[in-house]
Amino acid sequence: MKKQKFELSKGGKDFIASIAAIAAGLLFGLVILLFSNARQAFPAFGMILKGGFTDGLSGIAQVLYVATPIILTGLSVGFAFKTGLFNIGAPGQFTCGAFAAVYIGVKWTFLPAGAHWIVALLGALIAGAIWGMVPGILKAIANVNEVITSIMMNYIGMYLVNILIVKFVYDPVRNQSVPVAKTANIPKAGLDKLFNYSNINISIFIAILAVIVIYIVLNKTIFGYELKACGLSPEASRYAGINAKRNIILSMTIAGALSGLGGGLLYLAGSGKYLQVVDVLAPQGFNGISVALLGISNPIGILFAGLFIGHITVGGNNIQLYNFVPEVVDIIISTIIYFGAFALLIKSLLDRFRRRPSESGAVKEEK
Amino acid sequence: MDIIYFIVQQTMFFAIPLLIVALGGMFSERSGVINIALEGIMVMGGFFGIGFMHIFESRMSGQLLLLLALLVSGVTGAIFSLLHAFASINLKADQTISGTALNMFAPAFVVFIARMIQGVQQIQFKDTFRINKVPVLGDIPVLGPLLFQNCYITTYIGLGIAILSGIVISKTRFGLRLRACGEHPQAADSVGINVYKIRYAGVMISGALAGIGGLVFIVPTSTNFNASVAGYGFLALAVLIFGQWRTNKIIAAAFFFGIMKTFASAYSVVPVLRDLPISNEIYKMIPYIATLVILAFSSKNSQAPRAEGIPYDKGSR
Repeated sequence: MKKQKFELSKGGKDFIASIAAIAAGLLFGLVILLFSNARQAFPAFGMILKGGFTDGLSGIAQVLYVATPIILTGLSVGFAFKTGLFNIGAPGQFTCGAFAAVYIGVKWTFLPAGAHWIVALLGALIAGAIWGMVPGILKAIANVNEVITSIMMNYIGMYLVNILIVKFVYDPVRNQSVPVAKTANIPKAGLDKLFNYSNINISIFIAILAVIVIYIVLNKTIFGYELKACGLSPEASRYAGINAKRNIILSMTIAGALSGLGGGLLYLAGSGKYLQVVDVLAPQGFNGISVALLGISNPIGILFAGLFIGHITVGGNNIQLYNFVPEVVDIIISTIIYFGAFALLIKSLLDRFRRRPSESGAVKEEK
Repeated sequence: MDIIYFIVQQTMFFAIPLLIVALGGMFSERSGVINIALEGIMVMGGFFGIGFMHIFESRMSGQLLLLLALLVSGVTGAIFSLLHAFASINLKADQTISGTALNMFAPAFVVFIARMIQGVQQIQFKDTFRINKVPVLGDIPVLGPLLFQNCYITTYIGLGIAILSGIVISKTRFGLRLRACGEHPQAADSVGINVYKIRYAGVMISGALAGIGGLVFIVPTSTNFNASVAGYGFLALAVLIFGQWRTNKIIAAAFFFGIMKTFASAYSVVPVLRDLPISNEIYKMIPYIATLVILAFSSKNSQAPRAEGIPYDKGSR
């Protein structure tokens, strides 16, 4: 009875902390807009908040298109968080997945039409998984901090993919990958006509499916329980007979697979997006970190956080109408993350607020 | 012989900023605060330093302008790093998350400011800082062309910072206290050291050096600032770990990484490299792979500061 109450209040506090961080980030964005052009600031700010709804159905489709890959990278980062690991390697896993998908999409044209895109996505999944597995193995065997190894893997992946693109699927005129075969594009299933926006396809449903699968794995399976136990207290879980090393490797592998899938979904969308040969880490990977933090690592939370960030990103693109720069949205998002780091402060404030009426033991238990 | 001179001169351009930023990271990490925000701080420092040059280059030029710009970059970096210090020391936030936030904030912020003020995000500057030949020293055979020709004053500043850092961290009272806070803050506190204050100092020194490093990276390698330092902050982090948090090893690591970067960029100019069947992307990858390997094999006796990344809570002493 008491335990249940404690769980509920924790979730509630997390939620309030997230909302407070979002409010602080948006407020900071508004201040920045006011400083740069006070006259247009409020209409532009309204446009950011309105996001995809500015353009009706096609705007919503745009939000879904932007949100799909970052929901997956968000899931990736969030899943690793649950095991107490910080997967900052999402950009590298994303890029490797994207390359595998493009490679299969271009080269394996012998596959039948219905299976081609599925195989390509599976390839993306596996490539990402391998890229995530390396930091996992190093962490499990040699106890190397996964943050550092993931950062290294990001750059190794980026340069490796650059080499591979040039070697296998290169369009020298545009310095990018050649288009994939038509059969490798993810089916649109009439969504493009429904929303009147050509970039939308069924990948948003694949993302939602991934959210559901991860939710079930984390909350309804023994494996998920073990993973979370490792995250909460590695020593205690080892004492309880959980194989922590295996779980660390599996957790990073699954996280990598999710990011890789995200890369596959974006580059098989048939939206005129090609792998570029540039020395820039995939921003979708870093956005995944924001999504995971904002969604408090909860799969359902991540789904909504991804949609929210997609929403204000589209809004940010729209404010160019008022001569503002879309980067203001990145400023807002990073501010949200920074204030999200204050979550502890907000939670302890809430605690103090709640403790005053009754000095209950439940609050102390949490520490 | 000219090729060797060329490679050494180029290596300086790449190695010195890495050295400065990695040493900055050392001050932060050995005080106990992980600083993955180095990249973002470099961007901020580079932006304000180049911005300062852009505004004042009509009134002054040459080394004075460069020195003042370096000062601006350093101060900017120190101020920006306060955000990280506040979150990770006072609020006991997750240091990697706060660092990530700063890394995301910096490029977005500088692009926003640059485009709001001048329409485009690139900030141009005139390179009036290159020294063709240092008087007297540049005429020494071999050593002259190696170190004192076709160079920037930043090279000597960087080497100066390296020597100074080595002395400060291992020979002074402040350095001893800083290391104590990174290894065992409770013990440091029990003998009357203010852990919070020392950690603030560590993070701010890292911010100042990273800010300076941002400018030092941009000036010799480009003629404009495009809201990015090309992953040098993360590379500096690799240098720091490859150098196992020790000054002399960091110096060696920075030059190793610098040579690799030089091979990658000067690849087409050097005949020996051009004939090898290795693409320049491989040279770019080597520093990261080397760091991974070092990490995998040195983890058992890693020299990392023990209390790194753990917020210090006075109450739980």
